Amino acid sequence: MTETCQYLNFKTEEEFPDLSKHNNHMAKVLTKEIYGKLRDKQTPSGFTLDDVIQTGVDNPGHPFIMTVGCVAGDEESYEVFKELFDPIISDRHGGYKPTDKHKTDLNFENLKGGDDLDPNYVLSSRVRTGRSVKGYTLPPHTSRGERRAIEKLSVEALTSLDGEFKGKYYPLKSMTDAEQEQLISDHFLFDKPVSPLLTCAGMARDWPDARGIWHNDNKTFLVWVNEEDHLRVISMQKGGNMREVFRRFCVGLQKIEEIFKKHNHGFMWNEHIGYVLTCPSNLGTGLRGGVHVKLPKLSTHAKFEEILTRLRLQKRGTGGVDTASVGGVFDISNADRLGSSEVQQVQLVVDGVKLMVEMEKKLEKGEAIDSMIPAQK
Amino acid sequence: MASSFTRLFSSKRNVGILSLVGAGSVTAGFLLHRDHVTAGAPVRRMYPASAEFPDLRKHNNCMASHLTPAVYAKLCDRATPNGYTLDQAIQTGVDNPGHPFIKTVGMVAGDEESYEVFAELLNPVIKERHNGYDPTTMKHPTDLDASKIQSGQFDERYVLSSRVRTGRSIRGLSLPPACTRAERREVERVVVDALAGLKADLTGKYYSLTLMTEKEQQQLIDDHFLFDKPVSPLLTCAGMARDWPDARGIWHNNEKTFLVWINEEDHTRVISMEKGGNMKRVFERFCRGLKEVERLIQEKGWEFMWSESLGYILTCPSNLGTGLRAGVHVKLPLLSKDPRFSKILDNLRLQKRGTGGVDTAAVGGTFDISNLDRLGHSEVQLVQTVVDGVNYLIECEKRLERGQDIKVPPPIRQFK
Repeated sequence: MTETCQYLNFKTEEEFPDLSKHNNHMAKVLTKEIYGKLRDKQTPSGFTLDDVIQTGVDNPGHPFIMTVGCVAGDEESYEVFKELFDPIISDRHGGYKPTDKHKTDLNFENLKGGDDLDPNYVLSSRVRTGRSVKGYTLPPHTSRGERRAIEKLSVEALTSLDGEFKGKYYPLKSMTDAEQEQLISDHFLFDKPVSPLLTCAGMARDWPDARGIWHNDNKTFLVWVNEEDHLRVISMQKGGNMREVFRRFCVGLQKIEEIFKKHNHGFMWNEHIGYVLTCPSNLGTGLRGGVHVKLPKLSTHAKFEEILTRLRLQKRGTGGVDTASVGGVFDISNADRLGSSEVQQVQLVVDGVKLMVEMEKKLEKGEAIDSMIPAQK
Repeated sequence: MASSFTRLFSSKRNVGILSLVGAGSVTAGFLLHRDHVTAGAPVRRMYPASAEFPDLRKHNNCMASHLTPAVYAKLCDRATPNGYTLDQAIQTGVDNPGHPFIKTVGMVAGDEESYEVFAELLNPVIKERHNGYDPTTMKHPTDLDASKIQSGQFDERYVLSSRVRTGRSIRGLSLPPACTRAERREVERVVVDALAGLKADLTGKYYSLTLMTEKEQQQLIDDHFLFDKPVSPLLTCAGMARDWPDARGIWHNNEKTFLVWINEEDHTRVISMEKGGNMKRVFERFCRGLKEVERLIQEKGWEFMWSESLGYILTCPSNLGTGLRAGVHVKLPLLSKDPRFSKILDNLRLQKRGTGGVDTAAVGGTFDISNLDRLGHSEVQLVQTVVDGVNYLIECEKRLERGQDIKVPPPIRQFK
């Protein structure tokens, strides 16, 4: 983007997108007035309103979920285009107000229980989040030079870790066939995004330059570099010990953050929207804590959706977002990201999954579960 | 002429309009801000060129063959007056390392000025793609006089259909990779306005992609007229599918022999076609329709992008010059199995495609045969090449049917 802004030569009505058939958060919020007000603004790095909304214009609606329809190109996007982002954040995050403050709590000791989810039902446990490195623009906007600088800094930080976090980095563009096979078998490898939600936002540019995967030798702590966010941090293991997964998650994250801070590139965070990430849906904790759990009976129960909603949980297929469940095994995770802390969100997963497994057992015995259905959390 | 001047002075882009040395439409003396255009507006950058240079080691496209670190360093700080940058121009080539069957171009133009501002890269790319054509020294001939075509009626036992297509861009508006929604809508308005003025056998109707009914959509599909949102990453990575289907549409005449696509890969794609082998009539209608549309837009003060060295200016450098692909669907079951088939096509300056168009396979020995060249030869020359070539192929097929041998023709001379 440059100083010479061609866009100003036409009137607002002439540039305003046709959103009449659209169903996403951006389309619901963007009026001609807001567009007119923000269209001649740019963040310091040159990200414009049209850049912010392109993915939402190009993708009218997702069949199953209400997509956000906009992205940030840098930390400042959330400020410069406040008038657009604030109502979207409110819609997406349960009425979160521009004056609200977000609480961050990565002290794993504050989690109660979580080490005893029944492994006969809970096949695996996982916690992921994202982090953005301060001082750089975000994946929709980064140039190759910036992306490479982010990779270099991230690799420096990650390869300096030791103990349970000792590991290795695999750059996408130079991994061997053998390494690639192994990463696929481990379910670690991420692919070039095919979802138009991401490609229309420019996140797949220059693939696979400066993208890569780092994981510890134990294969329980994994970092994706330069996919949808600067960093996606994942802690996982087989079985139901979510407590251990969360401990490793918190400890690992804090170690990494310290190293970035030493290089004067801490993580993007502020007390209003917490950790700043590319997609507004991931603001706050950016945390998705979940399990793969067998619920063949409960999942066909009439009240399944209701139960999930009350527990503030969501279901996905075992392939992740936009996939279907296979053999009654579901991916169950927290629905919230902003307005509650990491500990609180993982607590909801731990408590909720524990309850649902008990419900499943009841249903196996042919008993009713109505009395167990919780009140709205 | 006066109206063209008015258009240019009142043009919303009043800075850096490329010098217009067009086909008699504007005087050669009208050189506006030429130095400013070539120097390009400066771009704010945080990293040195060496840190930004793309990794092209596994790439095989024309852009990758000619983009050196030195050329990148020289051009990366520039932008066209519209703000289009080198990184944007080459993005599609960086994102798409290579096509399995053909060497793709690997870059696009975001506006007419791209061809000037990024000439140091585009000229060698053009030279490679167009068999040695040098834009700095050569001139491209335009000739839309269909009466010059000889023997333009094919044997219809072999030729099933004939078709000629090209593209045209509206001067003063950015091209599909870079245009804003308002610019794209302006292209639609200008072109649809002009098409509404066509008469007689060219009278027709416009079908906007956003407004067409299901019934209209089905009819257009049955007629093989409907174009879809691009799925090829060659196009999507260049940003051509943005805001789909806003301001996209199809116009065709009532007889369904003259068709215009609006805002797909170019501002306009113009197609003349009919069943059977009367290529001369197809080309005659093509030229007549094109000239009439040009006259109609000029009445309103607009014109097509054209220059003496590059001919008609389109989004992809591969379509410069005439932008013309003249072709037939022709049955060549015996010839296509002959090992000399490819060589014969090469020497005749023809290419084969499947009957679904580029990147498809032939079905039942029926091929799409069309001209290879676009730039450095006129429309008349290229269509004559197709006419002569297809007639030769049919002769070969007939000889093979009779059990006679065929000869590989000598290669048609190319410019150095």
